[in-house]
Amino acid sequence: MTTLLIAEHDNEVLNAQTAHALTAARALGQPVHILVAGAGCAAVADAAARLEGVERVLLADDASLAAQLAEPVSALIVGLAERYDAVVAAATTTGKNLLPRVAALLDVMQVSDIVTVVSPSTFKRPVYAGNAIETVETSDTIRVLTVRTTAFDAAGAGEAAPIDTVPAAADPGLSRHVSDEVARSERPELAAARIVVSGGRALGSKEKFDALMLPLADKLGAAIGASRAAVDAGYAPNDWQVGQTGKVVAPDLYIACGISGAIQHLAGMKDAKVIVAINSDPNAPIFALADYGLVGDIFTLVPELTEAL
Amino acid sequence: MKVLVAVKRVADANVRVRVKADGTGVELDNVKMSMNPFCEIALEEAVRLKEAGKATEVIAVSIGPAKAEDTLRTALAMGADRAILIQADGRVEPLAVAKLLKAVTEKEGVDLVLLGKQAIDDDSNQTGQMLAALLGRGQATFASKLDIADGVATVTREVDGGLQTIALPLPAVVTSDLRMNEPRFASLPNIMKARSKPLAKTQAADYGVDVAPRQTVLKVEEPAGRKGGAMVGSVAELVEKLKTEARVI
Ligand SMILES: Cc1cc2nc3c(=O)[nH]c(=O)nc-3n(C[C@H](O)[C@H](O)[C@H](O)COP(=O)(O)OP(=O)(O)OC[C@H]3O[C@@H](n4cnc5c(N)ncnc54)[C@H](O)[C@@H]3O)c2cc1C
Repeated sequence: MTTLLIAEHDNEVLNAQTAHALTAARALGQPVHILVAGAGCAAVADAAARLEGVERVLLADDASLAAQLAEPVSALIVGLAERYDAVVAAATTTGKNLLPRVAALLDVMQVSDIVTVVSPSTFKRPVYAGNAIETVETSDTIRVLTVRTTAFDAAGAGEAAPIDTVPAAADPGLSRHVSDEVARSERPELAAARIVVSGGRALGSKEKFDALMLPLADKLGAAIGASRAAVDAGYAPNDWQVGQTGKVVAPDLYIACGISGAIQHLAGMKDAKVIVAINSDPNAPIFALADYGLVGDIFTLVPELTEAL
Repeated sequence: MKVLVAVKRVADANVRVRVKADGTGVELDNVKMSMNPFCEIALEEAVRLKEAGKATEVIAVSIGPAKAEDTLRTALAMGADRAILIQADGRVEPLAVAKLLKAVTEKEGVDLVLLGKQAIDDDSNQTGQMLAALLGRGQATFASKLDIADGVATVTREVDGGLQTIALPLPAVVTSDLRMNEPRFASLPNIMKARSKPLAKTQAADYGVDVAPRQTVLKVEEPAGRKGGAMVGSVAELVEKLKTEARVI
């Protein structure tokens, strides 16, 4: 049979996480089709078709799919599902919103957040904020999987695969998109950045967060992350939260500034290649994980670091 | 408007859970158990809807071992009007939970189901979405703000790019994210009062739902460790090491 991978995109650009999820999808050992569901998203389908090892791209381009709401997109996927025995998506907020709905409509248990494909029906996934790794075997004949994209390398470029147009399903009309509040930024995307600089509660205010973290990020061409405490306090927007219940990142370099290292935060960054921690408390748990720990006051050390780079 | 809130008993968020030596699971004996933090947030939201005169009744439901009664008593102390325990031992997967919740939702004539976006034990993040699918209703996951007016829920969701607002006609399913509210602590008088609030004890089998797992856990292991702990004495030394030793800048 065939695997259906759901493309992550914003109707204009194919998100880099799709190429990572594709590597997991290909590990199931059968042909992979990519579904691009959206409105005015033909360019996304072109990009998806050029990924390595994609047999076919399905393009569902319809106004009802513009906001990629779970109800119409899951109806579309369920309509296609008889041709597939695996449905895969990156564990982004879009994928996490969509795929369990698909799974339930197919009467299937999803396997969330897989980090290893052991066999076509056996997967490893983190539980308890990554304090344990479970190996689970599913007995469902259709596998529905979300992929932790940091655990899989990105697929490369390949020969352009054919693109088929498929119609949207009838819009169930169960929800309506009202508005988006999306900050456009020149900085690299958090989930894909090579360097992430992250700020915690110690920053003390949004003004100080910006004054310390933005110049450091600019100097390094880095994305900016934050702890939950910093987001809750309004120093940073919600989509910067790194952790068990925020984003999972695995950059080459992660610099944690004024972050204590709670398990929920570590769950989102402990797979970074190199971790730097700057904290005034020599006993902060983050130091146990850091490759380079620097004890001291962020308000002097971070500007000093920005200067020295 | 009747509101149903699903609450799960899990290992407390402050516990560092350890893998059992025989690799069959994690050690939960003598571990402090609490209501899943996202469920607390969902419950708080429901109680606020009642206090605002928008909800007529808040029903808390938990699926799990007999001990989940403690979690339901906490829910009652936080302000739920009554509780339903659906006893099911062992591993109950999100799909089975969603099927049980569907049965309760339909039986009780619920207009709004509030759940946490994920449980901090299995980190599945599935149940709300599955429930909405099985009910054939709309879903608003990862909610940081909920407004109810004229039979429509307007929900702001925390998404990867920022925030998204959607509107859903009721009945609907909403799952809470961290910033929806700050849950209250149950006061001592309310904990006392909760003891006499109604709590119905039922069994999964009463609902005619097959809760047999679809997945088998073959093994549970420790994550790959990292050896950290090295310190540097100055910014200059840090920059030098990042350049020549780690070679990441
Ligand atoms: C259900 C649930 C989900 C959660 N999900 C997440 C998540 O996804 N991500 C996440 O990050 N957290 C999450 N948390 C929260 C987590 O438990 C911690 O509370 C949070 O990570 C703490 O953030 P922090 O390190 O910024 O703050 P703190 O723990 O308060 O640490 C601040 C640190 O700054 C240091 N400091 C203070 N002043 C200075 C200074 N001048 N210079 C240098 N250092 C200084 C202190 O020594 C301290 O170590 C979650 C919690 C729960 C219950």
